Amino acid sequence: MGEYNKPLPNVNDDSNEFWAGCKEHQLRFQKCKVCGHVRWPASILCPMCHSKETKWIVSEGKGRVYSFAVYHVAYHPGFENDLPYVVADVELEEGPRLVTNIVGCRPDDVKCEMPVEVVWDDVTEKFSLPKFKPCC
Amino acid sequence: MKRVAIVGIGHGKFGVRSDASLRELTFEAVKACLDDAGVSLKEVDSMVTGIAGDEFSLALQPSAQVHDYIGFYPKPNFRVEGACATGSMALRTGWMNVASGLADLVLVVGVEKMTEVPTSVATEIMGRGGDSMWEYPFGTTFPGYYAMMANAHMAEYGTTEEQMAMVAVKNHYYGHLNPFAHMQKEVTLEKALTSFTVAHPLKLFDCSLITDGAAAVLLASEERAKTISTKPVWIAGLGLATDTMRITERESLTSIAASREAARIAYQMAGVGPADIDVATVHDCFTIAEIVAYEDLGFCEKGEGGKLIEAKETYVDGRTPVNVDGGLKSKGHPLGATGVSMAIEITKQLRGEAGQRQVKDAEIGLTHNVGGTGQVAAVHIFRRE
Ligand SMILES: [Zn+2]
Repeated sequence: MGEYNKPLPNVNDDSNEFWAGCKEHQLRFQKCKVCGHVRWPASILCPMCHSKETKWIVSEGKGRVYSFAVYHVAYHPGFENDLPYVVADVELEEGPRLVTNIVGCRPDDVKCEMPVEVVWDDVTEKFSLPKFKPCC
Repeated sequence: MKRVAIVGIGHGKFGVRSDASLRELTFEAVKACLDDAGVSLKEVDSMVTGIAGDEFSLALQPSAQVHDYIGFYPKPNFRVEGACATGSMALRTGWMNVASGLADLVLVVGVEKMTEVPTSVATEIMGRGGDSMWEYPFGTTFPGYYAMMANAHMAEYGTTEEQMAMVAVKNHYYGHLNPFAHMQKEVTLEKALTSFTVAHPLKLFDCSLITDGAAAVLLASEERAKTISTKPVWIAGLGLATDTMRITERESLTSIAASREAARIAYQMAGVGPADIDVATVHDCFTIAEIVAYEDLGFCEKGEGGKLIEAKETYVDGRTPVNVDGGLKSKGHPLGATGVSMAIEITKQLRGEAGQRQVKDAEIGLTHNVGGTGQVAAVHIFRRE
């Protein structure tokens, strides 16, 4: 396997805990202790009430495809060999939605509302990316 | 607040302008605008420059290049930025200058030189209109976000790829009649439908163009307007609204909430409703965006946008003519210039100077300009009287 040549996550104080969770194959979300707002992506402050008090919750990793796009042109050379690939907006059962890839099926088979579950792509020693595959 | 009118318009040629720098493009539009108004630059009190990206022009303070080149110093020049909605935000800033009484004559310029960098780099820069920090590792690009909107709209309302292609056919038809348009070429439905896929369901002809260009308008207070123009076009309503950067935090992908909110404010301020709009320019960065705009602006019911274009109701002789200047799709989309160019088209329509593309007896016009994937939207309403 060659060196991983796609963009890697940008880790800072906001995102550190999320990507650390991914490394352990856990999809972690924040819930505001003050107003109860569940948020993704992670941030130091709650966008609803500006509180810093937060609780991490772990998603079961199940959801549905809200919408998707099948890429036939790559802007980044790292994705050229993956064409056509699928980027989707997946809604988790716990509520939050995230941008991710759909893998494990033909791009033509991806549909809105399709049930999916998380599958981990260990792209480097430091990073695992949460992707999703069809499930029942 | 003072009433504000557009008393001068200047539109540069949109296209791949390897013949002109950012400064020269600006000069071309400013010169045409001052000539149209019959005003000298010395009489202008201040200037607002809309430029979206430093990176396209490879310059740190491009607005200074512009006021330097046209010899505007020592008078004020504000630079405004709002991604693809930059031009409308510049117009709004100019309006504030005149409405507040701070200035009587304000030049609003929108300009972008996008072809300085290769298409792949330009697409990559525009992709940052999404949230690069969280979404880049998954290979997202700008067209991909609108492809997700298209798939959501198709799934929820039965909108079809044919209907999206019909938007391209209409806008290219009018673009071919607009001498300032980037691509003055008609396309057939078949050609649009069989062009290569960029991000399914969007094909090449569903996407707007990467374009260089500039556009300028001169704004005047009521007292000054009367001395300058016999056909002033009044800014009757302005709405500006924002939304989250990330599409995943939005309630729906089948609508742009910032557009709906901006429209609500603008209609209220102008005291008119969607049925009163005689002609509109909307933000068709992708064909699906025009269909969604029909719905968000109230030109049809939610989910009926595809049927509206299918019934040709947005052609010049339809119920609500939309983008009869070619739109971003065919006229081109030089980010900073787009909103100003929209205001110019509406001014021409309300003055009765749109030639073959003229909407009969147009009195009230609307512009709709979206930044990024909808994190900002501006709606302006213009009137003849
Ligand atoms: Zn909170």
